[in-house]
Amino acid sequence: MSDMDMEDDGSGIVKKFMFLNRKAPHGTVYALEGLEVVLITAAFDQDVSLVFTDDGVYQLMKGIDTKGIEVKDFSKTYRALDGYDIEKLYVDQSSLDARGLTEDDLIVDVTVLSDDEMKNLMDEQDVVISF
Amino acid sequence: MLHIVNKSATERSSLDSCLRLATKGSAVLLIEDAVYAATKGSAAAAKIQAAAAGLKIYALGPDLAARGMAGRVLDGVNVVDYGGFVDLVAEHRNCQSWL
Repeated sequence: MSDMDMEDDGSGIVKKFMFLNRKAPHGTVYALEGLEVVLITAAFDQDVSLVFTDDGVYQLMKGIDTKGIEVKDFSKTYRALDGYDIEKLYVDQSSLDARGLTEDDLIVDVTVLSDDEMKNLMDEQDVVISF
Repeated sequence: MLHIVNKSATERSSLDSCLRLATKGSAVLLIEDAVYAATKGSAAAAKIQAAAAGLKIYALGPDLAARGMAGRVLDGVNVVDYGGFVDLVAEHRNCQSWL
């Protein structure tokens, strides 16, 4: 990208974006819509962190089979995120523990954070978008 | 009465209210995000198992499968399909959806 481009539209500015997913899949449209927005954001070359906490950790469950409820199974899309250079996925240990889950139950590799690590990660963001 | 709960117990209070106010011998059917409550290790698991002593607890199988939870259902919870859902509605004199 040339200096001229950056002066024209400021597109060289990289901000830290966090997408905060706190809802279970399917029961509401938040999880799917959040994922769509994350994929769109990937086109803007920003510093993206994707966080799954509370019921949001359920989005990453292995073994999802949506045929019986006739909705799209978007869980496999999470595995395509690194193809969009979205590689920073986080869950918090507290949310896993409260649901009887471990990292092995999840469909993608994630970094598991303590509450202290999660609060610091949130605090250092420029923009937090919640779904 | 058949009680139907569709919200996650870790997000809303509808399951707690249902279990608090359902009379002994009633049926409780968990559907949509409420099915997580019927899974092993969930925050609501102990409540469901305690409630199963006085209530009949059901969970909708297709909703469990859609959430990757088909293999984690608590003992004492009866998994039903859509036909079973219809049977439950037909068998009970009245039903209440806890929205």
